[in-house]
Amino acid sequence: MLEFKDISYSYHTKSGETAAVANLSFKVEKGQFVSVIGPSGCGKSTILSLAAGLLSPSSGQIIKDSEEFGYMLQRDALFEWRTVEQNIFLPLEIKKRNTPQMRKNAVALAEKYGLKDFLKKSPSQLSGGMRQRAALIRTLAAQPEILLLDEPFSALDYQTRLEVCDDVQAIIKSEKKTALLVTHDISEAIALSDKVVVLSARPSHVVAEHTVGFGDSPKARRNDSHFAETFEVLRKELGI
Amino acid sequence: MKNTMNFSSEHIAYLKKQKRKKIITVTLRWLILALILGLWELLTYLKVMDPFITSSPSRVVKTLGSLYASGDLFRHIGITLGETLAGFVIAVVSGYIIAILLWSCQTVRAVLEPYIVVLNSLPKIALGPLIIIWIGTGYTAIIFMTVIVAVILCIMNTLAGFMAVDGTKLTLMKAMGAGRLATLKKLVMPASMPALMNTLKVAVGLAWIGSIMGEYIVSRAGLGYLIVYGGQVMKLDLVMTATFILCVLAGCMYGIIALVEKFVVKQF
Repeated sequence: MLEFKDISYSYHTKSGETAAVANLSFKVEKGQFVSVIGPSGCGKSTILSLAAGLLSPSSGQIIKDSEEFGYMLQRDALFEWRTVEQNIFLPLEIKKRNTPQMRKNAVALAEKYGLKDFLKKSPSQLSGGMRQRAALIRTLAAQPEILLLDEPFSALDYQTRLEVCDDVQAIIKSEKKTALLVTHDISEAIALSDKVVVLSARPSHVVAEHTVGFGDSPKARRNDSHFAETFEVLRKELGI
Repeated sequence: MKNTMNFSSEHIAYLKKQKRKKIITVTLRWLILALILGLWELLTYLKVMDPFITSSPSRVVKTLGSLYASGDLFRHIGITLGETLAGFVIAVVSGYIIAILLWSCQTVRAVLEPYIVVLNSLPKIALGPLIIIWIGTGYTAIIFMTVIVAVILCIMNTLAGFMAVDGTKLTLMKAMGAGRLATLKKLVMPASMPALMNTLKVAVGLAWIGSIMGEYIVSRAGLGYLIVYGGQVMKLDLVMTATFILCVLAGCMYGIIALVEKFVVKQF
């Protein structure tokens, strides 16, 4: 569970102060997949940094039932000098949980989700989609409770994006993780989430929240008759 | 090349073409060298150029022979090589350590920046008299000269490599809860290996400049000493011979580092 209560946050630079987030409140229930969409530059990444505790809010309160976060970024940021397997072990090393048991779990996770033949390879030998999948397994290796996803599909080409985004959603669901995704892609948000939170332009606050009920998989959702309708509603709320 | 059988004839033709290109390049390289040496020898033989002023390839070989016979050859090479290597290693290692310190503290970096810039643009040879007075006239003075010539650039290049580390990767480390030390060890140091290799290449050149410059100022032996001494007593054969040896040594050292680089950067 992760809850933002009246959160405000401002950036300070030499030339002045920019309010990125103002009185932002929303809640992610345990096991829920929530997407946050907003116009570009509305401080979406700031929300994830606040959630992870990388930034502290100027005012307001963030309530979370776990400090175990996994962060997934726009680019996979795999280390070229490590094999895929060593990349997946990276969070274990950093969090000083590099035990044989944890390593075994991480490898099992990688094998379960189709990385078995790539473990000993260099990231440069993987396709863009496979790299992002490796990045997800790396995120999951330290067994986080809450996943923070910062537009993790935006660097992929369209076809790979559909594929990987469906994969990632399935993996997150079957591992029963709580997830908070920020994106500017309306259809991605609808296809993946249990709930979509729409933000205003900067300083961002919540414009609307929608629970998405139809379809049981991203693919089914995209083909559902409600999809276009929901898309229109969100589009209007974003003001585009 | 071993499984040529599996290649299409088009690919074989392509490989052949590539190979031919390489052969032409290498042949031309040696040809230029041969041409220069040949012309040099010929012009001095025909007395178009005065061998007393310009020396000649055959006289260089003769000088090499006599230096070898007197046992001085390897003594001079050994001294200069030792000074250069010692200066090089000290400059690279201390440059790396100082770069780490500067990387880890932004305040220190901001405070020291103007000093580094000034030291970088200062012609180090200006410090010659100070070095002699402070350190004396032994090998240490020459090694010290080599270090100060190379170290600033080592610091600046290494630091630039550290600072160029991908921001996304830094965010990732931060999100995983990595501290400065873990970030340095797991990300910044390995990620900047290609930059370090570049630094080594530049530092080799500077180390040679430093050691020869040091020997110009204070020395009783070494290749730089031979050059200065040869110049003073008008033994141009000696000057040319020492210069030739320097070319070979510097080339070899650069080659070794290029080889190491190939091996290290393969993973990137």
